[in-house]
Amino acid sequence: MPIAAQVNGQAVMLNAEPDTPLLWVLREELGLTGTKFGCGIQACGACSVHIDGEVMRSCGVPVSDVAGKAIITIEGLGSKDAPHPLQTAWIKHQVPQCGYCQSGQLMAAAALIKTSPNPTDEQIDAAMTNICRCGTYPRIREAIHALSATGKSA
Amino acid sequence: MKIRRRAVVFGGVAVVGAGLFGIKALDMHEGSRAIALTTGKGEHNFATWLKIAADDTVTLYSPHIDFGQGSQSALAQMLAEELDADWNHVKVAQAPADPAFANVAIVRAFMSEITGHPDLVAALPAPFLGMLARGIKLQITGGSTAVRFTGQHSVRAVGAAARAALVDTAAARLNVPATELTAADSKVSHAKSGRALRYGELAEEAAGRSLDLQVQLKPRAAYKLIGKPVDRFDIPAKVDGSAQYGMDFSLPEMRVATVFAAPIREGKLLSVDPAPALAIKGVEKVIKLDDAVVVVASGYWPALNGVRALAPSFSDAGHSALSSASIFAAQTALNMGDKVDDAAGLGDVGPAFAAPGAKVIEADYRLPFLHQAMMEPFALTAHHHDGKLEVWGGSQDPLSARYVLAEASGLSLDDVTFHPMIMGGGFGRRFPAYAQILAQIAKIAMQLDHPVKLIWSREEDVKQGAYRPQTSAHLKAALGKDGRITAWQTDYAQFADAEREVKFFYTVPATARRHHTYISNQVDAYFRSVNSSQHGFWNESFMDELAHLAGQDPYQFRRAHLSAGSRHMAVLDSVAQRSGWGSDLPAGTGRGIAITECFGTIVAQVVEASLNPDGSPKVHRVFAVVDCGTTVNPKNAEAQVQGGIIMGLSTTIGEAITLTGGAVDQNSFSDYPVLKLAETPQIDVFFIESDAIMGGLGEPGLPPAGPALANALFAITGKRVRNLPILTQAAI
Repeated sequence: MPIAAQVNGQAVMLNAEPDTPLLWVLREELGLTGTKFGCGIQACGACSVHIDGEVMRSCGVPVSDVAGKAIITIEGLGSKDAPHPLQTAWIKHQVPQCGYCQSGQLMAAAALIKTSPNPTDEQIDAAMTNICRCGTYPRIREAIHALSATGKSA
Repeated sequence: MKIRRRAVVFGGVAVVGAGLFGIKALDMHEGSRAIALTTGKGEHNFATWLKIAADDTVTLYSPHIDFGQGSQSALAQMLAEELDADWNHVKVAQAPADPAFANVAIVRAFMSEITGHPDLVAALPAPFLGMLARGIKLQITGGSTAVRFTGQHSVRAVGAAARAALVDTAAARLNVPATELTAADSKVSHAKSGRALRYGELAEEAAGRSLDLQVQLKPRAAYKLIGKPVDRFDIPAKVDGSAQYGMDFSLPEMRVATVFAAPIREGKLLSVDPAPALAIKGVEKVIKLDDAVVVVASGYWPALNGVRALAPSFSDAGHSALSSASIFAAQTALNMGDKVDDAAGLGDVGPAFAAPGAKVIEADYRLPFLHQAMMEPFALTAHHHDGKLEVWGGSQDPLSARYVLAEASGLSLDDVTFHPMIMGGGFGRRFPAYAQILAQIAKIAMQLDHPVKLIWSREEDVKQGAYRPQTSAHLKAALGKDGRITAWQTDYAQFADAEREVKFFYTVPATARRHHTYISNQVDAYFRSVNSSQHGFWNESFMDELAHLAGQDPYQFRRAHLSAGSRHMAVLDSVAQRSGWGSDLPAGTGRGIAITECFGTIVAQVVEASLNPDGSPKVHRVFAVVDCGTTVNPKNAEAQVQGGIIMGLSTTIGEAITLTGGAVDQNSFSDYPVLKLAETPQIDVFFIESDAIMGGLGEPGLPPAGPALANALFAITGKRVRNLPILTQAAI
């Protein structure tokens, strides 16, 4: 039984086995490779996406759980013409190094500023739990703060 | 970098390749291959590494891969600087994994370091060095070499020589002396007549001229691009999900495989019943390798479930008694024993230790295996068709990777193509010599009719790692009556001699550094900053112990053992001043200081830390001062140092790979804890710019962070940290 859902605003029918993690359906069935595989145990956050507006680690979400839900991946966070303000801030502050974790970092940050447009350091600490081995954390914090300082996050 | 190993290979190749005629012919052959591999219609290649198109686009072919360090963009800056190119039309591309793109500049720089005679090496003909580079299949990214070696020795010269050829071409075309012409923004202009020619118009003819690579490079005062914080080329694609890593590559009809290798390194696969895997929907095949079992399926999820359903039997290769504790015990015995494999130092430590009134202290330091934990687990895609093997993915040395693939597949080099892709980190893990996935994918692809992508699970990545070696050191030093160090002896046990990589820069009249070879069943692998992290940790911790014994301030004590006017002293003074060393801190907060030199760069750090209620360390601030000579891109340089510090703190606080029964205990990020944003302190980085020989930047930020933190904890608790990591040291 195909599973009906919405991905980046498009209706999709997903054919994977029901226990397949959403991560692998996005990557292998839909070719949305911006969502990354990092650990498979929801520890690193590289696979973070939004499901009905909430940030989730897609390696731990069976595809059967997303029936009827709206999923946003990094490919749908912004567009070439209208990037998400965080994507612009990420470039301005030269955040990524290897870049592999950054899709997940951006999805986590986007969820944070949606609920807290001017997050405190403590709120950033609590929300940004994704792992970055290159150590881009200082610039992630800087870019999120810069966004709230310019008032673009609301 | 294991320069010692490279030196052996250099020797062998040098003997074989003494006939100059043959070298010349080979070099011309490689030159035409480079042109064929890079140029299309209206595009013109200069000295292998540079291409200028009719539309003025300038492309640099980087022999260094991108795994986050930003050096491709820095190399483009260096090229454009000397070429006087229009920065808005400069691009960088990955050099093909082909012998024509073996990295000659690195050979020259390595040979200079190995022989200690840069003048003699500089006099060797370039074709001869090119042949050496091809002979050892050299296209590495490591040792923090891209900017300081390739950039300084090669890319800038190529830019300057190509600029000269473009100017000479314009002079001939405009019929004016070259001295009346100026080059800027990819144009050659003649001010007197108001005429100008674009590089795109000149490129075809200029590329036909012979280039003089012995050119004068610009002085610092003339820099327009070097030293500017330009945006990196790679970043936009890394924020919209479009950047394609090896993990992301796919081909029509592609299958996905995953692997489970012998839990005890060097063990062999004895038997496996494939039936439980084959019963899973989507699983197509179970492949037995010498030391691993592979499941091929329609996707990663069924492949993973397939591997998990198997119960393979592996041999233990005689290592079942090996554990972290047994390794430390064996290393300690070696350190206390008489057998010394490599010795270095100055003077005779014996009399100083025996001198009446000398205060002698000794301490043992024990450091665990460390895992690079790159965010992108290994993933390669391969397709074997028509007798040829094509492979896509990341490697820290694409050219060597191609040779490994050829050997594992049994095909000739010409029948193997490797397409290098960007990587989600590496930190030393992706060197072909021990990237097991290369041989695995070659062997799997040879057995399949379809393309296949092999993905390692995170558990496989953690358990089958190529770790920073577990090491032990015994340190002994004596203080004279004046409170100065009179003798220092380090005995350390690990696989390799560290003398080439670890500089001892303190002024001590008698020193002895004695390496005792210890070999376990693990490979001797590189980890960001190579030997500098472990040696930096015990040297700078022991320096603190000595300061304490002497009753002196740790900063002043270090200062008293550095040469007046040295770069080291300037860096140390600067970090003390910037961090407010000696000023009051809140109760329960302490400061620690450390200074190391790694790959030609001197870094000093001050860490401010306290203890969390559970006793774990909390790092508040880090101040870093860096002397790498020149920074090409200060913004990226800062990021590299910040990243190194965070990795240094992370490894010191919580990371360890341990062995029980010869097998790795850890599984994933759940039991190999990597520092997160909330635990990351504010980090201030300051660079001292000078015309000193350029040092590396990808790695040197790491080594001082650990000892500076440990010294800060001593300042709070009075307890010396000698075993790492801090969080579990009691358990190891």
